[in-house]
Amino acid sequence: MIWTGILVIIGLVGLYAYYRQLRYGLVVTNMRDYVSWGIYISNFVFFVAISLVGSLITAIFRLANVKWATPITRIAEIIAVSAIIFASLIIVIDMGRPERLLNVFIHGRIQSPILWDVIVIGTYLVISVLLLYVPLLPDLKILIKFKENSGKLLNKVYRFQGSFWRGTKDQFKISERSITALCITIIPVAFCIHTVTSWLFATTYRPGWDSTNFGAYFISGAFLVGAGAVVVAMFVFRRFYKLEKYITEMHFEKMGRIVVMLCMLYLYFNINEYLVPAFKMKKAEEAHLMGLFTGEFSLMFWFAISVGMILPIIILLFKKGRKPLPMFIAGVMIVIGAWFKRYLIVTPTLLHPILPMQEVPEAYHHYFPSWEEWAIAMGSMAGVLLIITLFARIYPIIPIQETITEHHENDEAH
Amino acid sequence: MENKNTSRRDFLLSGILATAALTGCGEAENPFLPEAEVALTGEKVKLLSVTGEVIEIDKAYLKPVPAMPPLTNEQERMGIEGKKFVMVIDLARCKNLKKCQESCNHAHFVEEGQSWVKIHSMQESDLTAPYWQPTTCMHCDEPPCVKVCPVDATFKRQDGIVAIDSDRCIGCRFCMAACPYSTRVFNWEEPTNIPEEVKQQHYSCETSVPQKKGTVGKCDFCPDMVRKGELPHCVSACPNGVFMFGDINEDSVTNGAETYRFSDLIRDKAGYRLMEDLGTKPSVYYLPPVSRNFPYESGIENQDPQDLHHH
Ligand code: SF4
Repeated sequence: MIWTGILVIIGLVGLYAYYRQLRYGLVVTNMRDYVSWGIYISNFVFFVAISLVGSLITAIFRLANVKWATPITRIAEIIAVSAIIFASLIIVIDMGRPERLLNVFIHGRIQSPILWDVIVIGTYLVISVLLLYVPLLPDLKILIKFKENSGKLLNKVYRFQGSFWRGTKDQFKISERSITALCITIIPVAFCIHTVTSWLFATTYRPGWDSTNFGAYFISGAFLVGAGAVVVAMFVFRRFYKLEKYITEMHFEKMGRIVVMLCMLYLYFNINEYLVPAFKMKKAEEAHLMGLFTGEFSLMFWFAISVGMILPIIILLFKKGRKPLPMFIAGVMIVIGAWFKRYLIVTPTLLHPILPMQEVPEAYHHYFPSWEEWAIAMGSMAGVLLIITLFARIYPIIPIQETITEHHENDEAH
Repeated sequence: MENKNTSRRDFLLSGILATAALTGCGEAENPFLPEAEVALTGEKVKLLSVTGEVIEIDKAYLKPVPAMPPLTNEQERMGIEGKKFVMVIDLARCKNLKKCQESCNHAHFVEEGQSWVKIHSMQESDLTAPYWQPTTCMHCDEPPCVKVCPVDATFKRQDGIVAIDSDRCIGCRFCMAACPYSTRVFNWEEPTNIPEEVKQQHYSCETSVPQKKGTVGKCDFCPDMVRKGELPHCVSACPNGVFMFGDINEDSVTNGAETYRFSDLIRDKAGYRLMEDLGTKPSVYYLPPVSRNFPYESGIENQDPQDLHHH
C-alpha cells in the first residue's frame, strides 16, 4: 500500500509538471535550440528498449521450447506492455503541440521514420496485449471458480474478461495456435520497434548518431536492459508474494547465464560503436568522442559502461553471482546503467553540431534537465511500475494453468 | 432611390479601403486613406465587391494597391511558378556588422536570443585565417528536414524554398535534429516579441509570421518580399552587399546595388556550398574570403567573446 501510494504521489507530481508544461510551453524544460531533445527522448528509448523483453522471454523462449521460463513469461509480458504504453505517452509529452497529434494521421507522410515508429509501436502494443491476455484466459477461469478469494468487483472484471472461456479441448487448441501465431509475429515487430527507434537518430548526419551499427546496437542493449528488469521483477515478486516454489534458484541461474551473454553482446556492440570512430578520430567525431571519454560526460560514460556492463559480467560469470540476491543487484545495475546510457546517446551528440554553436544565449550551450523534466520522467517510471503493481494485484503473476501443465509434463518425464 | 444606392456604395467602398489599410503598413504614410476631396472624373468602373456584388464607382476612387491578395495555403505550398531562388554570400565583404540579422529578426519578430541568420566566426584549423560566415537556411534541394517531417509541415516548394507551416507543425523537433546546418529554432514558449495585431493575423508560410508557440521556425528566403518585387530583408539590410539574391532560371543575382550573372560569379570567384559531401544540395552559395574588404579583426567587437572559440 505504501508502495502504491508513493508511486501515485510521484505520478501526480509528474502530472502537475506536465500541466505546467502545457500551460507555459516547453520553455519549462531545459531543452533549447541545440539540445532540442532531452530526457523525454532518452526515456522513450529506454522504455522501448525495456519493452523488447516481452518478445524475448515470451516469444523466443516459447518457440525455442524453453520450458523453464514459463513462470516468468507473464512478468516479462506485463513489463513489455506497461513500458510500451509509457513510451508512447512520453513521445506525446515531448511534442510542442500535443493537441495536433491527429495531424500524424491526417497529414502523415510515410517517408518519415516517425511514421514508421507510430506504425510498429502500435502493432507491438496490440500483439503484446494479446500475448498477455490469451494465456490469461485459463487462469481467469480458475479465478472465477475461487471467487470467495477475490472481491465482488474483481470478480465482475474477471467475468467480463474471461467468462466465455470454458476450457474445452477446442478452445485450448485455438488458444495454443493463436499464441504460437502471436509469438511468431511479435519477433519481427519487436526488432522493428527498436531498429526504427535507432533510426530516428541514425538517419541524421550528426556525429555519434550517423552510424550503421545503430540498429543492432540498440537491439542488443534492449534485450539486456529488459532481461535486467525481469530479473529485478522476479526477485521482488518472489519476495513479496512468497513465490519461492515457482520462481526457484534454478530460474535465477538460467536467467543469469542469459543476462551475462546479453551483457557481452552489448559490450561488443559498444566497442564497435566507439572504438572504430575513435581509431579514425574524424574532426566532427572527435569533439563528441572526447566529451565522452575524458570530457564533460566522461563520468557518466564510464559509469554506464562499468556499472551497466562490465561489473554485471563479472558478477554473473561466477556461479555464486547467479544466486537471487547478487542477481538482483546486477539487474538493478544494468537497468540504471542502461538509463544513463540512453541519456548519453541523445544529449552529447546534440551539443556537438557540425557548425559551431554560436550566437545563442550561454544557457543553450549546456543541458541539465529542469525539475519539470525530472518530475515527468520519474512520473512516467512510476506509471510503469504502477501498472505492473496493479496488474500483479489483480491477476496471478505466475501463469497458473501453464505452470500446472508444465509441472505435470515434468512429473511424467521423471 | 438613386441617392440611397450611392451612399451604400460609398459605405462598401470605405469598407474595402479600411481593409486595405489594415493589411498595409504604418499609419503615418498610409497611401490608402481616402483623400478628403476627390475630384470626380465622371467615368465609372464596375467592380466586384467583397460580398460578391457588382458595384460601380467613380474612377477617381481607384488607387494602386501594392499589398498582395492573401494566398491560400495551397498556393503558399506550391511556390512561385517558374522561379528557382538562389543566394550567394560573399565572405570577402563581411565584417560581422549583423545588420542582416537585425533586420531579419525585426521583420519576423524573432524571439530575443534567437536568430534565423547567424554570423559564425569560423576558422578551419589553427594556422588558417579566421573569417565571418553568415548562415541562413540553405534551402537544400535534398532537404533532410523535409525528409523526416512526419506531417509535411516543413516542405519543399517548386521555387526551391523550404518553408514551414506553423499551423500544422506538431513540434516534434525531428527536423532540428536532422538539419546539419543547425538553422532551425524552436518557439519554446508563447512568442513575446509579436505585437498583438500581428498575432491576430493568419499565419502565412511566406512571411513565417506570426510564429506560434510549440512550433519550429527558420529563414524562409522571404518570398513575400519577392512577390512585392523587393529583396529579402537580410539582402537589403547589408551595407556591404554581402548577400546576393536571385533566380537561377534567369542566371542572375543582385544585392540591390550590383547585379551579376550567377554562373560567372560562381566561376570567377570559385563559389562553393557548405557540406557538399552530405548531398543536401544547398541553394546558398558562398564566395571564399579572399582579397577581403575588411580584416577579420574589424568584426570582433560585434561578436560575443564566447563565440570566438571555433572548433
Ligand atoms: S517540428 Fe514541425 S516541422 Fe519539424 S519535423 Fe516536427 S512537425 Fe515537421
